[in-house]
Amino acid sequence: MPIIETSGLRRTFGGGKRAVEAVAGVDLAVEPGEIFGFLGPNGAGKTTTLRMLATLLTPTGGTATVAGCDLRRSPQRVRERIGYVGQAGGSDLQSTARSELVLQGRLHGMAKPDAQRRAAELLALVELEAAADRSTGTYSGGQRRRLDIAIGLMHEPRVLFMDEPTTGLDPQSRARVWEEVRRLREHGVTVFLTTHYLDEADALCDRLAIIDHGRIVIEGTPAQLKRQVAGDVVTLGVDGDRDQALLLLKAQSFVREADAEDGLIRLYVERGETALPAILRLLDGAGLGLRELSLSRPSLDDVFLRQTGRSLREQAA
Amino acid sequence: MRIPRDTWLIFQRHMGLFLRNPVWVAIGLIQPLLYLLLFAPLLKSIASVRGFPPGGAYNVFVPGLLIQLGLFGATSVGFGLIHELRIGVIERMRVTPVSRLALLLGRALRDVVTLLVQSLLIVLLSLPFGLTIHVTGLLVILALLALIGLLFASLSYAVALWVKSEDSFAPLVFSATLPLLLLSGVLLPMSLAPDWLRAIALADPLSYAVDAGRSVFNDHLGDVSVVKGVAIMAALAMVAVAAAARSFNRAVA
Repeated sequence: MPIIETSGLRRTFGGGKRAVEAVAGVDLAVEPGEIFGFLGPNGAGKTTTLRMLATLLTPTGGTATVAGCDLRRSPQRVRERIGYVGQAGGSDLQSTARSELVLQGRLHGMAKPDAQRRAAELLALVELEAAADRSTGTYSGGQRRRLDIAIGLMHEPRVLFMDEPTTGLDPQSRARVWEEVRRLREHGVTVFLTTHYLDEADALCDRLAIIDHGRIVIEGTPAQLKRQVAGDVVTLGVDGDRDQALLLLKAQSFVREADAEDGLIRLYVERGETALPAILRLLDGAGLGLRELSLSRPSLDDVFLRQTGRSLREQAA
Repeated sequence: MRIPRDTWLIFQRHMGLFLRNPVWVAIGLIQPLLYLLLFAPLLKSIASVRGFPPGGAYNVFVPGLLIQLGLFGATSVGFGLIHELRIGVIERMRVTPVSRLALLLGRALRDVVTLLVQSLLIVLLSLPFGLTIHVTGLLVILALLALIGLLFASLSYAVALWVKSEDSFAPLVFSATLPLLLLSGVLLPMSLAPDWLRAIALADPLSYAVDAGRSVFNDHLGDVSVVKGVAIMAALAMVAVAAAARSFNRAVA
């Protein structure tokens, strides 16, 4: 059973003629333990959707259940079961990591000793023990982000919502945050995150949905999405009769399209990893030598481009 | 039991943050001292003017000073909240099951406690200059100030949650508090005012608080103005708390 399920979820801002439909009917099913990514340019509706699911914003239409509770009927029960890491963080610069964590636990109804124990556990997990009793104003961006994540995990939620978790972080800190997020999967925590970074969606998410103009345009694993677009591209250079090689390869059922350019042959194939050995066998059998060979996969940007007609890179820049 | 417990947690957090910041503590203590040092010397001479209310200069002016301190102190607390909105603290707490009323009350109680400490300081420092007040009177005036603090802090938080930026918050709050202050008779007794001004002043709830304060410091504890002032402040404080707690529950973009 999905841990997050929405049907026709929508949110309109303003009324009358100036009404803006930020989320225009989103259907989603996120399975327990998944890292699910919401990818889209700014203003696509990804943050609005996340804020609705995290009880910060009331939907204007549709239904949703989060962690087994109805979002609109019992938001309070949803809050008990979810963690939230907002874009702005959420800790006070005067406060210490430990006191923020303990307070968070107490706000979730934990007794003080339990909250202190859990805080120590999390401080060790995100490697903030040494800085635990310093004010967070002295932290680096990456340290503060790890504290934000720890705050979201304080009450052992079943679902963690993260709004653009690595925006503004340096590459090293990003990698650390990814590591933390992957570790959550091992603990069975479902992660729902938004991002406008393609590499983040690709590297981190088990499944993702691309959202544009308030609607999901495509959904699947990163590999599925990329395969759906164009398949893989194999580029090869042969020693010997290039035209013979091209004819030979074109005749194969796994080759969708083939062309020759600059002395190289480019093949569009369904799955590069199964096509490569077959290509090698064919050329070998025909007595043709291989000078060079490369396999490239379409990027998520290609997927985005194909689905929305725009490049996400241009949007993010 | 959720509300008292949560209120205490939020109060503790904000009191702790306040005390951790030596600058805030210093400003909090210096403010009342400035009122006494820079304003009280004027009182000596004005008290001898004909028509000045009886009871000694300090007994006429200190209640006004206290209420002014309460008004200015409490209405500015929204600045802190706007900062908290920006750094995501409010959002983070709204995704916990914490009571929304407690989010407001915990903060407002911190503001009330700091106001009461400042007020007590003013009263104690005024005693050597001839201020007289009974213990019961002091308790009544502190209760009145607590209600004023609760009322204006709640309003300040509600407005801050509404406008969400210092740029709009500052002019809004200052232009709202100025007529309240001028019409309340804090600066000069409204007995000196022409009839039309006095009529408008009847609509200023703060003027009833000032009347109540003056009566208490005049040792007229049983005066109807005391009951009236306390009752009006209590009623308005309740409305303001309810409205502000609703604001905490509403969407904050």
